[in-house]
Order: sequence, then structure tokens, then C-alpha cells
Amino acid sequence: MEIKVLGPGCYNCQILEEITVKAVKELGIGAKVEKVTDMFEIMKYTMSTPGLVINGKLKHAGRPLPTLEKVKELIKRETV
Amino acid sequence: MLKNFSKYITYNLLGLEDGTYFANAIDFFIYDTIKIFLLLSIIIFVISIIRSHFPPEKTKRILSHKKEFIGNILAALLGIVTPFCSCSALPLFIGFVEAGVPLGVTFPFLISSPMVNEVAVVLLFGLFGWKVTVVYIGAGLLVAIIGGFVIGKLKLGKWVEEYVYAFHNGGQYEIAKQSFKDRLQYARDNTKDILKRVWLYILIAIGIGGFIHGYVPEDFLTHYAGKGNIFAVPVAVLLGVPLYSNAAGVIPVVYALMEKGVSMGTVLAFMMAVTALSLPEMIILRKVLKIPLLCVFVGIMTATIIAVGYLFNAIL
Repeated sequence: MEIKVLGPGCYNCQILEEITVKAVKELGIGAKVEKVTDMFEIMKYTMSTPGLVINGKLKHAGRPLPTLEKVKELIKRETV
Repeated sequence: MLKNFSKYITYNLLGLEDGTYFANAIDFFIYDTIKIFLLLSIIIFVISIIRSHFPPEKTKRILSHKKEFIGNILAALLGIVTPFCSCSALPLFIGFVEAGVPLGVTFPFLISSPMVNEVAVVLLFGLFGWKVTVVYIGAGLLVAIIGGFVIGKLKLGKWVEEYVYAFHNGGQYEIAKQSFKDRLQYARDNTKDILKRVWLYILIAIGIGGFIHGYVPEDFLTHYAGKGNIFAVPVAVLLGVPLYSNAAGVIPVVYALMEKGVSMGTVLAFMMAVTALSLPEMIILRKVLKIPLLCVFVGIMTATIIAVGYLFNAIL
């Protein structure tokens, strides 16, 4: 599975990355979390940062940030 | 009802002596805290529902086909309800340029978004009353519209970084369909999120209102920054430009200054300068704007806010 956190490096983006890494670890799956900071790359998916992309699909964008539980759920839905 | 409730807490539960200065301050503090948090929760919730209808992708689409004049006004209004933080300024800007939104329409949006928002509106209303609130919203929109209009007329497109024009996405994002239940959920989460960020500032503002009130003479600053001093407005604005805070953070300062005799217009102009212009925002905008355009932007904004400050002082 391929997971991307989209964000130019602001506070909220860092928090979302932390949440996502933690979610992957707690689920015990072998997914790689990639941080995308290139603006054009981000904007292929959304105009609202931070964004969460799982397997090429935008799953979350903007504030308020999703909770750890929510991110886990989003990832689980994609693994089935 | 709320008044009785706060009186009940002050005099019955806390057992404070009626009529003392301290008891009055506590009574005032409890009453205002409850009133403002109630207002905030309701208004943020309602705005969040409206907001869920205008994600940036949709705002972009709406503005891309607008002529400058109507576009200016519409952009300033959309700025109020569209979520904005300084790090989302970049994707917004690039997206707008790609969609063919003129610069003169992009700027009102970038200006009004941080300056006029639901938190600012509720706090002004709760602490200063509806008249000040209406004047602030009106003036904020005016600053955004005029700023955008002038920038549009100057035809400064050449001072936008070239790479911005290189972005092509076909301009189409999928906008996720939301049910009404989704929107309610979003509104609830967003209200919680905002309250969590601003509650402390608000308590400080209300605390200043209640407690400093009697201890520092009311005309403490009048001599330096009252209506009589014509330099008060430009000095306040120039001080506010590099400072960075959101509307909630600057309100305690605004309240304290006003309590101590700085005139309303000067204080509101200060608030606009702090929220609309800041060093961190300039550093971010520098990634898409060349320095001359950035300077023009700051210059026009500063001048317009100073003018509005004088206008406030004359009518309030």
C-alpha cells in the first residue's frame, strides 16, 4: 500500500504525518508513508492542505485534522 | 436568564459580598464568558455548514468566470467563509492563477480571508456590540475590495513567479459529495477544533475587561493615542504589520488598548494590520510573488488600512 501525506511543511502537515505514521505502526501493516512537499505534486490532488492520499486516492484534505482512529479506519478500508 | 445565572454563581455559590468591586468583576467575567462561548459555538457551527459548501476547489471555479468588479466583491465575500491558514495561501494562489482568476480578484480573497472571519466577528460583537462589528466587517471588505481593485488595475502579472503559470492540472478536482449529515459532522468537528485553539485568548480578553478595568486609569493612553493625536493611526498600523496573530489572539490586546483610552478607529486599524499582513505570510507569498509585487501589496494594504483607521475615528 502506498500512503502520501501532502503538505508544504506547516505545523498541521507535521501533525498529520505523525498521526499517519502512528496509525500504520499500530495496524502493523507494511505500508510506506511518503511526505510530499512539492507544491505542484500536492496540487494534483487538492488545494486544501494537509492532505492524505491512499493508493492514489485523496482521502482527507484540510482542517480539522482527522483523528488517529479515523486515519486507521481509512487505511483499513483500503486494505480489504 | 444568563445574567441571573452568573449572579447566582457569584453571590450564592461563591458567596462573594454584594456590590464589592471584586464581586462585580467576577460576575461580569462569568456572564461574558458564558455569553461569548455560546455565541461562538453557535456562529462557528453555522458558518462551518456554509463553509462546507465552499471548498477552495469550488471557490476557484466560481471566481474563474467573473469580471473584475463583480469578481472583486464576490472574492472578498467568499474570503469570509473559506477556510484559510497561511500555509494554504500557496495552493490557493497557484490554483486561482491556473483557473484564470485575475490578480485583482485573487487578492481580495487573500486579504479578507484572514482578516474577516467568524471568530473576529463574534468577539467584536460580544465585547464591543453590533455597531463596531458591522463597521469592522464593512471596512474589512472595503480594504479587500480596494486593495484587489488597485492591484488589478496596475497589471502586475509580470511580477508573479513564472513557474506559477507552468502549472496545469486541467483545472478539475473531484469535489467529494457530502450528505447533510456529513456537513453537520464537519461543522461539529470544526467548531471543536476552533474553540480548542482560541479559548485561552478569549478568557484573557474577557479577563482584561473585567479586572484591569478599575486598576489602570481609563485615560492612561488617551494622551498618546487618543483621537487628538493624528499620528496614532499610522503608528499603530506600522507596528501591527510585522506582528503576526489570528483574530482571536489580537483581541485581548485590542481590548486592553481600548479600555485605556486608545480610540476605536486606531485599535481596529491595528487589528486589521496584525491579521491581514504579517512577516510569515509575506515569506510564504514570496514563493509566488516577486519582490516588487509583494511591496506593492504591503504598501497598498498599509495605506488603505490607515485610511480606514481615520475613517473609523471620524464616525465611531
